[in-house]
Amino acid sequence: MELIAGLILQGLQMLVVAALAPGLVGLVRKVKARLTRRRGASVLQPYRDILRLMRKEVVLAENASWLFRVSPYMIFAATWVAAALVPTFATGLRFSWTADLIAIVALLGSARFFLALAGMDVGTSFGGIGASREMMIGALAEPAMLLTVFTVALIAGSTQLSNVVEYMASPAVGIRVSLGMALVALVIVAIAENARIPVDNPATHLELTMVHEAMVLEYSGRHLAMIELAAAIKLMLYVALIGCVFIPWSIAQPGAGLAAHLVGFAAFLAKIVLGGVALALFETAIAKMRVFRVPDFLGAALMLGLLGTLLMFVTRSL
Amino acid sequence: MAAIDLAAAAVAGLLGLSGVAVALGRYRGISGLVYALSAALCAVLALLGGLVLATRAEAAVLSLPIGLPWIGANLRLDALSALFLALLGTGGAAAGVYGIGYGRHEAEPQRVLPFFPGFLAAMALVVLADDAFTFLMSWEVMSLLSWALVLAHHRAAAAREAGFLYLVMAGFGTMMLLLAFGVLAGPQGDYGFDAIRGAARAPAATGVVLALALIGAGSKAGLVPLHVWLPVAHPAAPSHVSALMSGVMTKVAIYGFVRVAFDLLGPLEWWASPAVILVGGSTAVMGILFAVVDGDAKRVLAYSTIENVGVIFAALGLALAFRANGLGALAALALTAAFAHAVNHMLFKSLLFMAAGAVLSATGRRDLDALGGLIHLMPVTAFLALVGVTAISALPPLNGFVSEWLVFQAVLQSPELRQPALQFLVPAAGGLLALAAALAAACFVRFYGVAFLGRARSPEAAAAVEVDRWSLGAMAALAALCVLAGIVPGALLDLMAPAAEATLGARMPPQLGNAWLTLVPVAEVRSSYSGILVMAFVAITASAAAWLVHRLASRRIRRGPAWDCGFPNPDPVTQYGGGSFAQPIRRVLGTALMAAREEVEMPPPGDMAPARHRVTTRDLAWSYLYLPVAAAVDYAATRANALQFLTIRRYLGLVFASLILLLVGLAIWN
Repeated sequence: MELIAGLILQGLQMLVVAALAPGLVGLVRKVKARLTRRRGASVLQPYRDILRLMRKEVVLAENASWLFRVSPYMIFAATWVAAALVPTFATGLRFSWTADLIAIVALLGSARFFLALAGMDVGTSFGGIGASREMMIGALAEPAMLLTVFTVALIAGSTQLSNVVEYMASPAVGIRVSLGMALVALVIVAIAENARIPVDNPATHLELTMVHEAMVLEYSGRHLAMIELAAAIKLMLYVALIGCVFIPWSIAQPGAGLAAHLVGFAAFLAKIVLGGVALALFETAIAKMRVFRVPDFLGAALMLGLLGTLLMFVTRSL
Repeated sequence: MAAIDLAAAAVAGLLGLSGVAVALGRYRGISGLVYALSAALCAVLALLGGLVLATRAEAAVLSLPIGLPWIGANLRLDALSALFLALLGTGGAAAGVYGIGYGRHEAEPQRVLPFFPGFLAAMALVVLADDAFTFLMSWEVMSLLSWALVLAHHRAAAAREAGFLYLVMAGFGTMMLLLAFGVLAGPQGDYGFDAIRGAARAPAATGVVLALALIGAGSKAGLVPLHVWLPVAHPAAPSHVSALMSGVMTKVAIYGFVRVAFDLLGPLEWWASPAVILVGGSTAVMGILFAVVDGDAKRVLAYSTIENVGVIFAALGLALAFRANGLGALAALALTAAFAHAVNHMLFKSLLFMAAGAVLSATGRRDLDALGGLIHLMPVTAFLALVGVTAISALPPLNGFVSEWLVFQAVLQSPELRQPALQFLVPAAGGLLALAAALAAACFVRFYGVAFLGRARSPEAAAAVEVDRWSLGAMAALAALCVLAGIVPGALLDLMAPAAEATLGARMPPQLGNAWLTLVPVAEVRSSYSGILVMAFVAITASAAAWLVHRLASRRIRRGPAWDCGFPNPDPVTQYGGGSFAQPIRRVLGTALMAAREEVEMPPPGDMAPARHRVTTRDLAWSYLYLPVAAAVDYAATRANALQFLTIRRYLGLVFASLILLLVGLAIWN
């Protein structure tokens, strides 16, 4: 019985993440539109886009290899599996011991790896420019993320996300400087990894500013739909991750009743909306950076992550 | 017949094979035979090593009446030797099988054949040696034979330069080890490892030995700043030898360091570890940074070897730190991580060097900017190389990730360390390792994307054909091992447990008994990882998604010209190449660390000459360490040259004066 409940919970989480992800993207777009006094498309527009793309035929470049056709599914799977390991409204996930935070970072790294390879597969200049810049951003964002993970893991005494969340929800934590640094670093990484302003502009097709869009320029139809969905899930993953580690309250603990789960779900929805609105506000308020300013931005995250980790050693209580 | 006798017999067989190759090398058919027999003997060595580890056999010794008359040659097969013997055997067997096919392209097989089995035998003897003479002798033979292999294509000036540099650095490294063993043996001069283990040493002597061993073994393994020979020498050799040098010989060097630092020296104080950790971490970053910007496929791989050696040394330093603090289980975790990374690196680096060799024999080109589009013409090689680059980029669920993950787990245990210096250093080193891992992914996206994807950049690349089956078989076996070590890492780690136990007296908890082959390095609440489940989840999700989409949505497909924002250019030069791909990282990190400079040469208005853009990068170790040393040597030599043209009276006077000086010195000393 417990096993089945666990499996249902795990499956439900996965479905929730995938089902709500395009909605989050739509919400961010809607809020951004409203902030710039436009009416904006419906929040549901990303769902419609993905469904429309799914039904369209694929136009494949002449010299695209099998890797180009396999990659969208690999990227989607790696991202979704990573997202499935992040507690959203309940901890104690059935498979949470499969992989820890470091493995989640590495799974996202796999997705980026295959996306960059796919960008280079057709042999166009845009694919290359996107892949090259994405790997540069990734090369700085990933260590920053890992250092953040170190900080959190040293505080919680575990890299296992469910255990981290349980520890964070307990009263033992308190307010810590290193956690604050980790939060800022993680937000910067999340912005960079999700190709948001000021690092990249998801709405642009202007050659010189594209990173993510340049890599997926040759994709169409169902392949593009998978990649868009994966990108949406990735955004959801980061919001859920920040939510569950830094505002862990009212996540349903293992063995809690249905009511606790419902409360957890409502809290999760609130966190997503909060995250989405905050992201839209931030994106509206700030201008896009030049590509070679991005390393400074990410370097700040790297330093904050390192400082957060080192602070842990100066005194255990900060 | 005990395992040690069999191992010695296999080594003797390899040496005999060298003789056969010398005698019969001019016959065409002999090449395949030599490689096949080398592979078989290496497989025997690998099996023996694995067997000794699996059965937890007692250490066995063997004394042979060869070598110095009053010492002989002493061999010993304990768990640590067995681990590296298994590593060597696996790498050697794969290289041998690959050589059966690859060796056919060799223009002058007699420059490779006699040295190949001898090189393997010498490496095996280093691992088996039980006294300093045998160790150093085998070490030097290993260096010289690999030097001969580097010079296999001696008509290329670059290879000759590489050979010279390698000879100098190898001689320097051996000298350092010679001095290290000299201090180890002490005034009694007993060179057996048993006697060395038992001897008492002052802390200063211990420090000197550790520094000498780090320099001596580190120069062979490629630690920064002693790495400069590695990226020129490894690629100059034929590709299966490159695979051996990068995959196996660097591991033999690491074995040398582990033997001295963990076994012969006995327990060390904590101050032994920071230097090792720091050197390891910075080696990892510098190595991969050079790999990211280099334009030669094989040199990229050689630089990446430097990175992986750095990771291994950082883990070894962690193990030293934990051991000095009496944390046996954590030291075992770090040491096992180092061993696992050594094995994994042997697997994927051999695989990648072989893939580069396949590309080289199919196209004749090694420069990335001449390749491209090989995934269409060499589909099997391309697939196997993809496994290799995924593994080396430390991506789950392959094996590279497992060992990096273990290293990170060891880093995360640093609060257990009591010294503030280490508590600060270890997380910083963790940051360096994370940066290196992320850069490795960028490096290998570039390597694979430029060489195998896109469109062919040269006529040779456009006319490539798939390589022979022996080469493919060797690569496929290595790729399968990469996957296997990634999804069943517990088996590998459990197999290594006796080696850690013999060295530290502690081991990681057994892994194979865990549900779903999960790795639990310390405790389940701290961290766990199950490669097989991650693999299954990703595979199931990807295929289910593909099936559902094809079933419910659309499966139509149409081929058309590339879109490229509406302006596709048919010229393959417009693709991103190696240099352009590396540009962002070169600008961000290379300006300071590699003195990367970009120059734009603009002709004046009206001049029809093309504008030029030139990029230069420098190895700072070369500018600030090697060139000054070379200049000093040159200066001293020029000065000393005056002594060459003296009259006999002056020479006699010099002899007399130095005799007096020495006697006076002796008198004062006493």
